[in-house]
Amino acid sequence: MSYFSDIYSGIKTLLTGMRVTGGHFVRIRSENITQLYPDNRDTLQMFERFRGEVVMPHDENNEHRCTGCQSCEIACPNGSIEIIWDRQVDPATGKKKKMIDKHIYHLSMCTMCGLCINACPTDAIVWAQNFENAVYDRSALTKVLNQPGSKLKAGIEE
Amino acid sequence: MEQLTNNKIKTEEYFINMGPQHPAAHGVLRLLLTIDGEIIKNVDPDLGYIHRSIEKMCERDSYQQIVHLTDRMDYLSSHINNGAVCLAVEKALELEVTDRVKVIRTIFDELTRLASHLLWWGVMGMDLGALTTYFYAFRDREMINDIFEETCGARLTMNYYVPGGLMFDLHPNFVNRVKKFLVDIKEHLPEYDRLLTGNVIFQKRTKGIGLLSKEDAISYGVTGPVARGSGVHCDVRKTHPYHAYDRVDFEEALFTEGDTFARYKVRIKEMWESISIVEQLIDNIPEGDIKVPTKAVIKLPKGEFYQRVETARGELGVYINSTGTKNPYRLKFRSPGFSNLSVLNHISKGGKIADLVAIMASFDFVIPDIDR
Ligand code: SF4
Ligand code: SF4
Repeated sequence: MSYFSDIYSGIKTLLTGMRVTGGHFVRIRSENITQLYPDNRDTLQMFERFRGEVVMPHDENNEHRCTGCQSCEIACPNGSIEIIWDRQVDPATGKKKKMIDKHIYHLSMCTMCGLCINACPTDAIVWAQNFENAVYDRSALTKVLNQPGSKLKAGIEE
Repeated sequence: MEQLTNNKIKTEEYFINMGPQHPAAHGVLRLLLTIDGEIIKNVDPDLGYIHRSIEKMCERDSYQQIVHLTDRMDYLSSHINNGAVCLAVEKALELEVTDRVKVIRTIFDELTRLASHLLWWGVMGMDLGALTTYFYAFRDREMINDIFEETCGARLTMNYYVPGGLMFDLHPNFVNRVKKFLVDIKEHLPEYDRLLTGNVIFQKRTKGIGLLSKEDAISYGVTGPVARGSGVHCDVRKTHPYHAYDRVDFEEALFTEGDTFARYKVRIKEMWESISIVEQLIDNIPEGDIKVPTKAVIKLPKGEFYQRVETARGELGVYINSTGTKNPYRLKFRSPGFSNLSVLNHISKGGKIADLVAIMASFDFVIPDIDR
């Protein structure tokens, strides 16, 4: 007798479960949660705080805000940032001043922890929202953040 | 044929490897099984496939930098792990964070626990052959991930807590998003019960399987939902409240059967409790600073400091031995997964291989947490 009751309860729970999935099957159009990536690339919006990669914004005069203070380099837990700097004559004051030569960022080693951006006193580096970072050669992931010929924006002090 | 009928067939014990690349092992865990036919005689876990020497790396890093390494241990409880290190450092510095920070941390911890249990639920069903659960769980977990992503910018390796507070303030959408999520999840959780909990096949495969007695749970140092499924009162949120857990009202999920199904029920109940904790706090997040200023270079006083928290898998302990410099002299993590794994051999002996899969699913192992 328990044989038949087993079959009965088995089928009953099966149907209960199938009612759940069946319900979703009927409502699939209205509660669709998937996205057609990469077809929706143009409209895809990441959250503004999304940590994609570290970038250094430049304004229209090719000026950035990095003073070369190296706070980010010290804050980084894994050496993803290297600052190459020297002292150059500041044309405005005529005095020698620390300037960056290259702000090198190794995206391949970065853990997206955000400590460098937190540490920067002048907000020279920010997060970019792009996430398609796959490349064929890992050397392409070593980036120089300051653009060639760029210079420090006037009035920014450490 | 004659041999068979005369019952003279000779069986031998032999070894098989389960893992390190096994779909039911959720990561690179290698189990050396000694089996006799389908019956398990011995389970010998072999670790080290994803060892990254996080504890050693911590000796090199500053206290702010250590936090982000804990994301990579139990990656499903990353907020909670971050909190453990931050609390230990704050304890050593005798720093009292603001109420706002405490409440926000509690909300984030509970959302993390929910996300982790949701993933576990989906995977538990999948391990036992019910693939559908996986998609439903991920649908709901996605909402939590969006909440996290909007405020902290990351979905898995958060690094949102810093010693002294939080990295940045809540996103303006946060409260609304959480409220919407609470409405949805409360609709969806009963659906989970209909789909899986009540299913006869599921119950037959979990009830009475992998029995762990209360005494064994205590003597093996098992914590978390696994121990609570055996009736051990061990929720650190209750026994040693941290963050804002002392001011919320919640029940510790306790079941006494000690089998796989009891561990399943503990986690389902914990999800409801997490929802209720978030509900209690979400409407009255106090105003205040999100960070108590700390020195740029944090130096802990000389001494030993210990902080325990309840992650989604059990008790995580952080032990810091400081000599007064900017790095710890020694930092040890007592991870829940490692102690829970130690009891696996004891409770799966004598069972079938298929039962081992069910037991492992109910333990909810995260291998990087075991290996570190
Ligand atoms: S995000 Fe973290 S790992 Fe990446 S460069 Fe900044 S500090 Fe280094
Ligand atoms: S990016 Fe910011 S922290 Fe790094 S060197 Fe430039 S100014 Fe200093």
